[in-house]
Amino acid sequence: MTTAGAPVLEIRDLSVSFPTETGTVSAVDGVSLDLAPGEIVGMVGESGCGKSVTAMSIAGLLPGSARVTGSVRLDGTQLIGAREAALRRVRGREIAYIFQEPMTSLNPVLTVGRQIGEVLQVHERMSRRASRARAVELLTLVGIPSAAQRVDTYPHQLSGGMRQRVMIAMAVACGPKVLVADEPTTALDVTVQAGILQVLRNLRDQLGTSVLIITHDLGVIADIADRVVVMYAGRVAERAPVDDLFAHPRHRYTAGLLSASPQPGRHAGTDRLTEIPGLVPVLASQPDACTFADRCPAADERCRTAAPPLAGVGGTDHVAACWHPCETAPQEANR
Amino acid sequence: MARYLLTRAWQSAVTLLLSTIVVFVGVRALPGDPALALAGEDRSPEALEAIRRHYGLDQPLPVQFAQYVERMAQGDFGVSIRTGTPVSSMLTTALPVTVELSVLAILIASALGVGAGVLAAVRRGRPAEWLANGLALIGLSVPHFWLGLLAILYLSVATGLFPASGFVPILEDPVDNLHHIVLPAVILGTGLAAIIMRQTRSAMLDSLSSDYVRTAKAKGLRPRAVITRHALRNSLIVVVTVVGLQLGGLISGAVVTEQIFGLPGFGKMTIDAVFQRDYPVIQAVVLLTAAAYIVINLFVDLLYSVIDPRIRVTGDPA
Repeated sequence: MTTAGAPVLEIRDLSVSFPTETGTVSAVDGVSLDLAPGEIVGMVGESGCGKSVTAMSIAGLLPGSARVTGSVRLDGTQLIGAREAALRRVRGREIAYIFQEPMTSLNPVLTVGRQIGEVLQVHERMSRRASRARAVELLTLVGIPSAAQRVDTYPHQLSGGMRQRVMIAMAVACGPKVLVADEPTTALDVTVQAGILQVLRNLRDQLGTSVLIITHDLGVIADIADRVVVMYAGRVAERAPVDDLFAHPRHRYTAGLLSASPQPGRHAGTDRLTEIPGLVPVLASQPDACTFADRCPAADERCRTAAPPLAGVGGTDHVAACWHPCETAPQEANR
Repeated sequence: MARYLLTRAWQSAVTLLLSTIVVFVGVRALPGDPALALAGEDRSPEALEAIRRHYGLDQPLPVQFAQYVERMAQGDFGVSIRTGTPVSSMLTTALPVTVELSVLAILIASALGVGAGVLAAVRRGRPAEWLANGLALIGLSVPHFWLGLLAILYLSVATGLFPASGFVPILEDPVDNLHHIVLPAVILGTGLAAIIMRQTRSAMLDSLSSDYVRTAKAKGLRPRAVITRHALRNSLIVVVTVVGLQLGGLISGAVVTEQIFGLPGFGKMTIDAVFQRDYPVIQAVVLLTAAAYIVINLFVDLLYSVIDPRIRVTGDPA
């Protein structure tokens, strides 16, 4: 459900690199992405593909050593290179974050009400008493039972799922335009995970918040996302509406990812899941070549000498950075 | 909570009784005879015998101990063998000096140590951190009796900024009292400040790189709020532990510092008593020190649960 109209978040040619003792490491290279109002975009990829770095760089949360270039516009306002004070007004109010591990992401020595209230006190100039009352409403909104009592509990007194709901309540306290959820369900049980995804969906429906959800779990993507961005080694490999991507993956890496995840019926019996040979490379610089070439069954000389651009591969808004996109029934072809 | 306190009180009583026995036996195991020290020139066996009888030193040890415990239970610490004054009245003049010195030293050390530790962690890899680390190294490695002598030499004798020795009770003249005690307190606090600084720095580095600090930043909080409310609040538990552990060292440090600055406190009283084999005074002093240690430890344990809600003194699983 891609909503028409100007995107609320516009990422253009975003690149991030980190200086290390052994030289510069390029984490993100030329990522572009739009987030329409009320849209849920899933960003998927293996560990180290640059998805979390992309997420953190949106609101300038990377450590000072990171070198960030490109453009991130929130409702037209440039965030890359913006002053720290300006970024602080954006963080928590217009762009909010949910992180993977709700136990360590919440402060263990403050009550959850205090932690939610803090956002309101900073951005909405609310009094402590008013922010506490609002915190109770927010906890109710994210489906925490007997919120009036829970508001005074400490994180360690709550279950993992409840903690993540607290994180979400904290994130949506000021009604942000964009919610960045970095692996929000990875540390949770599957049943709890479904509940959290439902909360995110409800928030989108009720508040019109756009959600960028980052995960390595294709099941989560299939469950909640409108569009998907597949990242590989710091670059966007493929971008497509969710149904289109699952039905017709065009990038060889996407096809590999899909056949590496279990699906009912397909791998029944003695069949093993297909794995992608090799590892995600750590890149000192972004080469003028396809970064997936070394692991790709279809790679040839061209893939090793020229980086494929993101190009339309049929369907609406379906692009892939591949010189040899899969044609038909790619999952079968890949096996 | 009440149950916890009761258990702790019982444990404390046992500890106290054990320290009483150790002190009582230990003091008497020291070479030297108080009767000899008291007799002065007249060392005739009759005179020594009279002195021993007068102070009950001719009784068998168990009897002496029983009498001692009985009197102590009534709040009677006995009479100083050396001066003949009741030990309790000696304590009431000496104790406030040492308590004031120690409390002031802890306050100064905590303020300096926590402040420098936070600064060093926040300004990691910059001149402020090098300065803090360097000062901490000096504070740790320079013995404070030497530092005290230097301070007297340069800040008292050469410039006259502070009195070199002596003490004025706080009730007599609070300003003059502070003037006398602040230099010894700073000297006594240097080592503790250095330890607190290093612990604060490493605890702060841990919490500054934690997930909840990332969350706090992502909420759009100001750096000051991120550092104090989130990072420092979580680091304090380490600091409190360190301060609690160092208090024993502080008490022995106070003995030396008082001697250097001529403060009429607990420490001076102890040293004088040991040299004179003044059994009742030594016993009272050591027992009181043990009691103070027990009370302070209890206080630190209770403080944990105030700082960190995950720690509950009942011991019930949360």
